[in-house]
This record gives sequence, C-alpha cells and structure tokens, in this order.
Amino acid sequence: MKVYIRSAACISPQKTFENSSFLDEVVEHTGNRLNCIEPDYHDIIDPKLTRRMSRVIKMSVASAFACLKQAGLDKPGAIVTGTAYGCLEDTGTFLTNMVEQDEEPLSPVAFVQSTHNTIGAQIALLLKCNGYNNTFVNGSISFENALLDAMMMLTENVDNILVGGMDEITDMSHAILIRTGLYKRTSISNFDLFKSTSKGTIGGEGASFFVLTNTTSENDLACIDAVSTFHKPGDMVETTRHIESFFEAQDINNTNIDLLILGNNGDAKNDEIYSQLKQSVFNGVASVNYKNLCGEYPVSTAFASWIGANIIKSNHIPESLNPERSKKAPIRRVLIYNHYQNIHHSLILLSSC
Amino acid sequence: MSAAVFVAGAGIISGIGNNVPECLSALENSTTGIDRISYLRTNHQGILPASEVRLSNAELALLSGFSPPTSRNVMLSMVAAKEAWDNSGINSIQGLRTGFVSATTIGGMDKTENFFIDFVADRKKGRLRDLAYHECGNVSQAVAEKLGIKHHVSTISTACSSSANAIMYGARLIKHNMLDAVIAGGTDALARFTLNGFNTLLILDEQYCQPFDENRRGLNLGEGAGYIVLVSERVAKALKKEPDCSLTGYCNFNDAYHQTASSPDGDGPYGAMTGALRMSGLQPKDIDYINLHGTGTSNNDSSEGAAIKRLFEPHYPKMSSTKTFTGHTLGASAGIEAVFSILSIKEGIVYPNLRLQTPMAELPFVPETSFSRDQNIKNVLSNSFGFGGNCSSLIFSKN
Repeated sequence: MKVYIRSAACISPQKTFENSSFLDEVVEHTGNRLNCIEPDYHDIIDPKLTRRMSRVIKMSVASAFACLKQAGLDKPGAIVTGTAYGCLEDTGTFLTNMVEQDEEPLSPVAFVQSTHNTIGAQIALLLKCNGYNNTFVNGSISFENALLDAMMMLTENVDNILVGGMDEITDMSHAILIRTGLYKRTSISNFDLFKSTSKGTIGGEGASFFVLTNTTSENDLACIDAVSTFHKPGDMVETTRHIESFFEAQDINNTNIDLLILGNNGDAKNDEIYSQLKQSVFNGVASVNYKNLCGEYPVSTAFASWIGANIIKSNHIPESLNPERSKKAPIRRVLIYNHYQNIHHSLILLSSC
Repeated sequence: MSAAVFVAGAGIISGIGNNVPECLSALENSTTGIDRISYLRTNHQGILPASEVRLSNAELALLSGFSPPTSRNVMLSMVAAKEAWDNSGINSIQGLRTGFVSATTIGGMDKTENFFIDFVADRKKGRLRDLAYHECGNVSQAVAEKLGIKHHVSTISTACSSSANAIMYGARLIKHNMLDAVIAGGTDALARFTLNGFNTLLILDEQYCQPFDENRRGLNLGEGAGYIVLVSERVAKALKKEPDCSLTGYCNFNDAYHQTASSPDGDGPYGAMTGALRMSGLQPKDIDYINLHGTGTSNNDSSEGAAIKRLFEPHYPKMSSTKTFTGHTLGASAGIEAVFSILSIKEGIVYPNLRLQTPMAELPFVPETSFSRDQNIKNVLSNSFGFGGNCSSLIFSKN
C-alpha cells in the first residue's frame, strides 16, 4: 500500500512554516511548554473568518492551505484529520461559560467549534470540497488512523488526499496535564531536554498536513510504505515482537533502515523503552529525536513525519537534530517509532520514491 | 479488495430499551423513550425533554461490568457492543483478526463537566480521575479491552454522522483484508455540555419532537449506543447462523455549505445517498425503506426532504425517523439506526414516524405513521448528517 507524499506543511514550535530552510535554526523555549510559532494569518485566511477561529483551527487551516499550494492543488479528493483532544480552547470556553453562567443561555460559537470535526469541516467549507471527510479521535494514534484511512482510500479511486494531525495546548489543558504528572515541574530549556534526569516531559503542540497521492511525480518528498500501531504491550518482549513482525511484513530488518526517528521525550521512564530497543531490534541503526523541537503531544508523529519526509527529500539530516554519525548515505529508508506513555505505540515507515 | 461485507450481529441500548428485544417491542408498540429528564443533573430538567436510558450509573455499572464512577458513555458503549458481539456468535471462531471502530462526540464529557465545576473555581481543584475518559479514544479503548479486542481499535468523531463513518471504516478494514470481524457503531451519553450546546443554537424542542411535520419545532436529544458486527464473506460462511444482511453501499459526502446548517437543496444529503446507491449498484426504486436522519429541526428536514425528492421522485419508498422514539443520540444515532435498519430487513418491519400531524407542505411524500409487519424489505437506506457538512448514507441489503 505504498503512497506518495506530494507535499507537507506544518506549524510547530519551530520555524517550520513556509520556510525554505529545513530546521537549520532551532528556537529555544524555556519552561515546560512549547507553543507554536504562528504566521501572520492575514494573507492566508480571510480576517473576517480568523476572528472566530481558535488557535488550533487557524494553525490547521493555514498548514492545510500551504500544503495544498505546495502540491499545486485547488481542492483535495478527500480530507482526513487526526486529533486526540480536538478543539480544546472552544471546549474549555463553553464548559467555563456553562459553569459560570449556571446553564443560562450561552453563545453557541464555542460549542459549534468544539466538535472534533471542526477543522476538517472548516477546510472543506473554505475549499467547497465535497469529498470524503473524516476525523479520528483516537488518542496518540489519531494521526496514524488518519494515515491508514487515506492509504486505503488511495486504492479506492480517490486521489490527492489531504491528511493532517493537530493538537493544541491551552492554559487549562497545560494546568491539568501538569497535575497529572506528564510534564516536568521545573523550568527547562528544550535544548537540554535529553540531558535532564527529572520526571516528566515538556508540553507541545502543532498542526501538520500532507497531500498523499497514489501516483508518483518528480516533486514527491517521500513515500509512506506502511503504518502500524499496537496497544499496551505487556512487556518489552511483546513490544519487540510487534516491531519484528512489522519488519517481516515489510521485508526489512535493522540493517536496511537508514535512520530512526524516535519519540524520546526526556522522561527517564518513558525513554527507557527506546534505549532498550536500541540494544535489540534497532541495534546499530542511526537515530534522531524530535520532541526537543516540538514537545510531547498526542499527534507529534505528524510532525515527525514532516521531518522524515524532508530528510528523505533533501537527503540531509539537520545538525539541529544532533544526528549520530552515520556513514550511510543516501538516506533511503526512515522509520518513525513512537510510544505515548507506553499505551499506544506506532511505526511509520518512509522511503525515497 | 473483496466486495462483500456481511452483518452478523447487532446490539443497542437507548431510551426505548436496554437491548434489541426491548427496543423492538417499544417500536412495535409506538412507545417513545422521550420524557422529562430524570437522570442527568441539569437546570433544564422539567423544561427540555430527552430520551434517556432508564438506568442510573450504578445500574449501568452492574449491567456493563464497569465500576460506577466510570463515564456513563463507556458503560453505554459496553452494553451495546457486548450484545452485538454475543449476538454474532463470533466468539465460537478462533484466530480471527478482530477490531472495534467506535464513534463518539463527547467522550467522557459527562465526567469532565463535573470536574469543571471545581476546576473553574480553582485550577488546583477537581478530581483528575473524572478526566480519565475525556479523550474520546479512551472510551473505545476501555470497551475494546474489556471485550478482548486487540487487533484494531479506532475512534471517529464527525458530529451526528460519526457512527455511520465508523461503520464505513469498519467495512473498509474488512474489504482491505486487514480484519476479519469488526464491531462498528457509536455511543453518546446525554451531557449538560451537549444539552446546553444545542440549546444555545435554539434547535431544541420543548415539546416532543415532530420530524417531517409542517409545524416541527426542533429536536429532542437522546442517549445510547448502537453497534453492528461486520464480517468478511469467509467468516460469514463459518458462522453457525445466516448473516442478518449485508452492507452493500455507503458514502461520506461533505455538504461544504455551512458549519451547522444544511444546504437548502440538500446537496450534501443528495450526494451521500447517490454515492451509496452507486456503490450498491441499486436504483432509487430498489430502496424499500429509508431510516431518515429526521431530527425535527426546520433546516434538516427540509434539506433532507428536498434531497429525497430530487433523488426518488416519483417512486418514494416507505420512510420514517426513529428519532421520534430515541431522540437524537448524536454520535450514536447512525449506529442505533443501523440496528433498526437491519431489523427492518430481518423482521420485515417498518417503523412509524411518531406524532406526525401535518405533513410538510413542500414535500410530495409522507413518512409512515404506523408500525407495519410482513413487509418485503430488501434494501434499506439509512441517513446521518452532521455539523460541519458531514453527510453519510448507508445501504443494507437482504442476502
């Protein structure tokens, strides 16, 4: 089920939007929260519309538009999005109003925009796109679900599918996730994320979009060969077994993966899984981390896919990713492996076209 | 890609019953589930009617096997998914690749909104365990784990068309030979969040809703869950019983007209119905019954009605909105109505569109007003349309 990445665009806590340089410069964030660097939306979306849009809607619409522009498409054949949290800002606003005003009549705007499909719907509405439109809300594999949907759809006579993964941080969600122990309680620079030994990670967010097609063109960034997920493995043996069967299904092994993009997030317990796998199934494979750039969030693999696709296209690993010295060149095959709190695990295999 | 996807089982919990036989009996007796709100704690009790599942959280916990503090949405999902799974007899076959594709619009919002009462006052307050199911995916995951389904779990949220899209996605996973059997459908518990949300939009009826009536005033919300078990042809043959029917057509088409309103000519509904017919290889005259989206809002019914007129004129099938029984169960509605559609084929029955007094003047057809048996129902079209222009139609056919 090989598909082609025609274009990719993202808004992230780095200068990734409409930037011809590929992560040459890294932005430092201090604290435990990495907010996106947002563009001036004025030239991208009608200001009359942005006034009502929450941050995640604006970031997503802008990335989707940039992605379509790169692909030279006016309208995609289908729109599939993945988001764990949906539109948190609007959800929080409506919940707060409901509590503060004791269920008295409220403004419907936040409610209407709180539904999880708002982003896919807004893009369809702005483009007058009647095609298949679906939204996955499946925790940290929401983006992988969306990818799988699009990859299947590309064999069902639909082409040029816009796929996106997005999640936002709000003040409320950040306060809550700190209380759950997900984030570090002390201030840290994202530059030092992997030097830290304290518990917890740093919060992140982002919106990444891709146009996927079933036919190749000279402008393709990379191919997606496969996507696979597994859930709550009982132990490292089971985790290893899942990865090995993924290798078997793809007819690959650790020696023909040129680069691993791993989801290390700076939490010692969380990252132990990656280091154990580097001793076994991933033995000897060069790897880079990405969450020092974007923070931890459920659909961060969408950002990792943007990185992976660009690495393959440019055949270059930015210094900012602190690549381990790899003698191998060119970079033909990149595997993204991520797990979120050891609940959902995912594998996305990219290759050069 | 193999073509046939069969329906091997169905499960439901709604305001008219806690399982398939109870719901069937209420449908036959024209007993609506819409009533004054008595389980959800809300200031709108006594003002806004709704169709609630007639079980407290403690009673639902006993029925579902979850502990009482669990989100009501998880428990509703479990009851219906378990009934569908048991009903299918799939457990008698070993070594199948199984999946759970569940839709929900609210996740664990019934608990989140309680958390927020304390949290709004002080961000250090509120019991974190009330957020355990806030993410929609956690609802499906909890149910899948209890059912022992491991190969694939996914969660879809496209407003009121959510569970139609879950059924479509489940069918495609089978067609692509990724799974052998899938429980697909959706769940939504009533919550203050949705009740107040729809209330701010001024589309809730303070009386019992009257879909497709000239004097309709709006919708009543409901809660529940509905799932069907989809299987491949190979599994269907291995089962001890005949499959109930097959899923022969489906289409997801975006109206791309407005965030909440449907286009006046019903372009979205028309596109979804036409696409589903095209896939099934059927003509409009082949459809014997339409389970309408039929919410009772002025906008939905005239848009859906216009699309039906465009597509079916002059041969109108029998049709009705079973939301007159269950209320609008949002993310669960297409799952619940898929179960009703399957029963229509299996039992040869057509449901009444309750409380229809004055048919809509603009439409040349009138929905059914009484329950009928001994009908030869070969093909049923089920419509579900949601916010964001998400329009989806499913077609179930007799084998």
